[in-house]
Amino acid sequence: MSALSPARRRAGSSSSGIRRGEAAAGWLFTAPVLIILGVFLLVPVLMALWVSFSDWTGRGSPFSSNVGFVGLDNYAAVTTGGGLAERDFGTALRNNAWYVLLVVPLQTALSLFLAVLVNRAILRGRGFFRTAFYFPSVTSSVAITVLWLFLFSSSGAINEVLSWLGVNGPNWFSDPSGVVHNLLGAVGVTSGPAFLTGNTLLGVSWWDWLAGPSVAMSAFILMAVFTTSGTFMLLFIAGLQNIGGDVQEAAMMDGANGWQRFWRVTLPQLKPVLFTVLTLGLIGTWQVFDQIYTGTQGGPGKTTLTPAYLSYSAAFLSQQWGQGAAIAFVLFVIIVALTILQRFVLRDRPVSRRRLRQYEVPAAASGSGADRPRAKKGAQR
Amino acid sequence: MTATASPQTTVLAEQRLDRPTRPAKHRLSRRALGWQIGLYALLIVLALIYIYPFLVQVATSFKTDAAAAADPISLAPQPFTWAAYERLFLNSDFPVWFGNSVVVTVFVTAGRVFFNSLAGYALARLQFRGRGIVFAGLIAVMAVPTVVLLIPKFLVINQLGIYDSYAGMILPLLVDAAGVFIMKNFFESIPPSVEEQARIDGAGTFRIFWSVVLPMARPALITIVILSFQGSWNELSHFVISTQSPELTTLTKGVASLASGQLSQGSQFPLKLAAAAIMTIPVAVVFFIFQRRIMNASEGAVKE
Repeated sequence: MSALSPARRRAGSSSSGIRRGEAAAGWLFTAPVLIILGVFLLVPVLMALWVSFSDWTGRGSPFSSNVGFVGLDNYAAVTTGGGLAERDFGTALRNNAWYVLLVVPLQTALSLFLAVLVNRAILRGRGFFRTAFYFPSVTSSVAITVLWLFLFSSSGAINEVLSWLGVNGPNWFSDPSGVVHNLLGAVGVTSGPAFLTGNTLLGVSWWDWLAGPSVAMSAFILMAVFTTSGTFMLLFIAGLQNIGGDVQEAAMMDGANGWQRFWRVTLPQLKPVLFTVLTLGLIGTWQVFDQIYTGTQGGPGKTTLTPAYLSYSAAFLSQQWGQGAAIAFVLFVIIVALTILQRFVLRDRPVSRRRLRQYEVPAAASGSGADRPRAKKGAQR
Repeated sequence: MTATASPQTTVLAEQRLDRPTRPAKHRLSRRALGWQIGLYALLIVLALIYIYPFLVQVATSFKTDAAAAADPISLAPQPFTWAAYERLFLNSDFPVWFGNSVVVTVFVTAGRVFFNSLAGYALARLQFRGRGIVFAGLIAVMAVPTVVLLIPKFLVINQLGIYDSYAGMILPLLVDAAGVFIMKNFFESIPPSVEEQARIDGAGTFRIFWSVVLPMARPALITIVILSFQGSWNELSHFVISTQSPELTTLTKGVASLASGQLSQGSQFPLKLAAAAIMTIPVAVVFFIFQRRIMNASEGAVKE
């Protein structure tokens, strides 16, 4: 933002002297980027917004005179229509919500765990381990999905390993049963109470919302954790290396054990990185497309349908362009809203009194120890 | 790397000074050894989990269909066969897919290197009215999720009449906002005095950019090359919505169609895994050559 003021200050003098022609060059240099992003990003979004309010069928131009404005009809069809469109959208949201709910915490925790393991200065073969954990992240999601279809096939490696443990593995990618339902089934609960089965949200009963990810979706969840943990591990390593050793040292002197040092000293200092990882994770997990397109196309029983894939299939396969565009915009709103919500939850706020007490108890003897972690945080900014 | 070593060793040293009791120290070192062994065991198990799938992938591509199903874990194909590769290269469109991926990747990478660095330089160094707005616009663009853009992009590509052509595949990918940021950050780190010298000698803006500043930006350029290469080689959704004819199928699209059963009866895992393995090779080669830089690139992205 500070870039704005000097730019304005010097803009007046740019017409003369040695910096002559700089303004023209500036626009010329940025023109290709601006034009391409404008034509293939800004204009398309506006066009799609129009399509989401229209009854365009995919033939001819969406701006031709026989394409009608239908207001919020497309949005209504997928959110309150009561038909298949609404049920599919509800199912897709359900599937993706479980995916996000499981993938984001798992990948964040695993990548942080890997980073802490690999970040030790005295560790031999650090480079090798980092490479091993990061490699899945650079390969394409299509190739990994093909591999996953094999590993999780009924006679695949995963089931082979499970059989060593005496477990009869499922036929992963053709099993539509929900994991939570299966767990409940194991303790004898096979059908939900009437208030859950009787009431619906977006055409899906509450009982089905609570079904958990299907077995097929669970395989995709494991895949996401497998492929993204390496990338986020690198972010955490960078964060860990930015933390000075002095605060650790101080905590050690105050008698904090390894666990306390991690939770009370390291983690609070990693908050900016944690925020980045959670945000990227949240944005990424709501956009599952490649895996579904390559692997299951939404099956079995629509339990791997995601809003991104539904948007694609509604438009390109079913020719319901308005609905497809509407789904895309709803998805966009979900992603933006969750990112803002998360920013709000993780915002910096004054240390609560309960939290402060935790710092004060061990520090009573040494006095200045209490405000050290916070002092460091202030210095970072 | 080494910077982190020193504080930790001093911590240990100070701790020992603090509590010099002998039995405690002895116990600590034995426990430390136990920890160390446990740590390595854990790391090796984890590394196996991350690497083994790829080894299985390569091994299975040399197996027969029956062997792939019967023995999915073993790394030794019994019997060993090239059948999957022969089928892919001699009896399918696989070479066409590969060629298309190469063409798209080369053009996209070249375009991104040139256009991103031009824009990055302008945003870092050139004073012009509206620079702040351009910058803010780029930030906004980065926030738009790509999947949401599938239908929108198709609409524009179709309207422009470049649907199902190389132009439609390449043009929209030719620049990326994130790359502009990487270049901008790098150019800001080059001392301005370097350019002033050239300017006094009478060099024009483009000349300064091209012959003075750009050669100095090699580390950042390599980063862009790697990111663009990986990005365009692995891209799927954009090609799904911008093409339909078989001659324009890329590797990602082709292998995805293989996975969903085209070209094969039954599961035919060796064939599919061979295709996926070949597709992974170029990315893997680039990864191992530029390993250090790739790791640092993503580290640099957060440090700002």
